[in-house]
Amino acid sequence: MATVRVQAEPFDAATEVREITRGRPDIGAVVTFTGLCRDEGGTLAALELEHYPGMAEAEIARVAAEAEARWPITGLTAIHRFGKIAPGDDIVLVVAASAHRAAAFEAAEFLMDFLKTRAPFWKKEHRLDGTAGDWVEAKDADDAATVRWRKDG
Amino acid sequence: MSELNLRYFAWVRERIGTSQESIELPGNVATVADLLGWLKTRGPEYEHAFEQADVIRTAIDQTHVPHETPLAGAREVAFFPPMTGG
Repeated sequence: MATVRVQAEPFDAATEVREITRGRPDIGAVVTFTGLCRDEGGTLAALELEHYPGMAEAEIARVAAEAEARWPITGLTAIHRFGKIAPGDDIVLVVAASAHRAAAFEAAEFLMDFLKTRAPFWKKEHRLDGTAGDWVEAKDADDAATVRWRKDG
Repeated sequence: MSELNLRYFAWVRERIGTSQESIELPGNVATVADLLGWLKTRGPEYEHAFEQADVIRTAIDQTHVPHETPLAGAREVAFFPPMTGG
């Protein structure tokens, strides 16, 4: 069972890696992915992440269960933050552990690709000049990224 | 007639002006698409939120569903834009 958390508080990647590997000498590979709040052009004060409480956790857990069914992974953690997040701060963390690196890399990437298109989160920009920002638009590239995981592809 | 909880998120929520409401489902509204069509008739704010119905994502009881899904048995229906988390 994957560990899934949706929280306003910051997380610590090193702590989560220790949690997943503690007492598990069969783990030979840990992959972590951290997604940060990015500012393009120095105009962003913060991103505000809105989510659908309950469904956000459930949907990430569903994607994580698919990853666990598909790869021989021994540990999987996904943490997604909500609320106002400043440029440079963490938004999302995925930790995947396995005996060997291939499964850990692939499971982490799979989880991120589907989390982006399926987990109910939305980003709104807050600008430094105080003007109302836009809602970040979904990218076709994110949908395309999920297509390569089709088993018949 | 049955009571249904509606949830709105992101710019759908902003355009409608509320994050949730409870409605009595009209008898002729059978699917999510029917519900979208009916909501659009409730006022200009709903019309604005759902003007491009094909981009609106929907969930029944916190699970993604396509627009043609029947509403029978649903307790909560959510409407939101494509997701931009991660």
